[in-house]
Amino acid sequence: MSMRKEFLAGFKDTLPLVVGAIPFGIIFGAFSVSAGISPAGTIGMSLFVFAGASQFIAANLFASGTGLAVIVLTTFIVNIRHALYSTTLGPHMTHLSHRWLLPLGFWLTDETFVVTANHYNQSEDGSNKHWYFFGSALFMYINWQLCTVIGVVAGQAIPDPLSWGLDFAMSVTFIGVVVPTVVNKPMALTVVVAGVTAVLANTLPNKLGLMAGAMLGVGAGLLIESFQSRKGTSHV
Amino acid sequence: MYEALLIAGMFAVTFGVRYPVLAFTSRVRLPEIVLQGLKFVPGAVLSAIILPAIVMPDGHNADLSLSNSYLMAGIAAILISARTKNLMLTIILGMLIFISLRAITG
Repeated sequence: MSMRKEFLAGFKDTLPLVVGAIPFGIIFGAFSVSAGISPAGTIGMSLFVFAGASQFIAANLFASGTGLAVIVLTTFIVNIRHALYSTTLGPHMTHLSHRWLLPLGFWLTDETFVVTANHYNQSEDGSNKHWYFFGSALFMYINWQLCTVIGVVAGQAIPDPLSWGLDFAMSVTFIGVVVPTVVNKPMALTVVVAGVTAVLANTLPNKLGLMAGAMLGVGAGLLIESFQSRKGTSHV
Repeated sequence: MYEALLIAGMFAVTFGVRYPVLAFTSRVRLPEIVLQGLKFVPGAVLSAIILPAIVMPDGHNADLSLSNSYLMAGIAAILISARTKNLMLTIILGMLIFISLRAITG
């Protein structure tokens, strides 16, 4: 596909995820202000950090008087998953200069990762697929900034933004992304092991349960896949 | 000043696990086992985010009761997605079901 077509396809495929991110962004803006972070600090965090879940957790910790070093460390642990995302996408981007890798790396989010990883796995020619990544990321970024500002403005009128329960928007968005990808046994086992582990390991500090779940899930998927292929070859 | 330092720190660690890893893995050939495992990454990470969020809405205690709107609407969304494979429909119906359940359970 041409650069223009790739860019527009990335934009289009990200639209449902943007819809899911809207309530999340607005609540972040409102919650962050009610947690005591200034409007400028809240908007600055969205502009420079651009990682929704960790921004939420940071505002939460800020409100409870947690020290700066612990907030930064927690942010790091919550965002380690982006290293897995980068590792997944990097091998497809061998032809790109750092002029591309730098902004695309900065703009990597859960949402852009899932649509872009899916797009790279399609078989057609991939030389322009970074434009798809770019279209998706730009859409997510602009939307996140707008929603943060709306939340900051609205937040001053709303005493307890979390009580709305609109944080469910993120869960339902990710459900809609994951479920259709569960097409075989290894994938199903991965999803179940990762989710159950994350629940059971929830008592681990600094949200480490998330990484524990992700690692065990990937391990379980790999294990059953290698088992299946060995069984398959022994029949031949 | 405190907020500027906080944002700078959060930026450094977040950007630090994004761009340098992307740049590295775009230039270095990864071991086969790693490449094989990567296709499980999206499902594993997202599932590890979703399940605690809907099973433990307060962040600490598992709530498997019918009055847990997060869990009930989450299960409904899983069924809708499995049936339709339509992301936008799943998000809109899932949110509507969630808001309705919250209105009922209070």
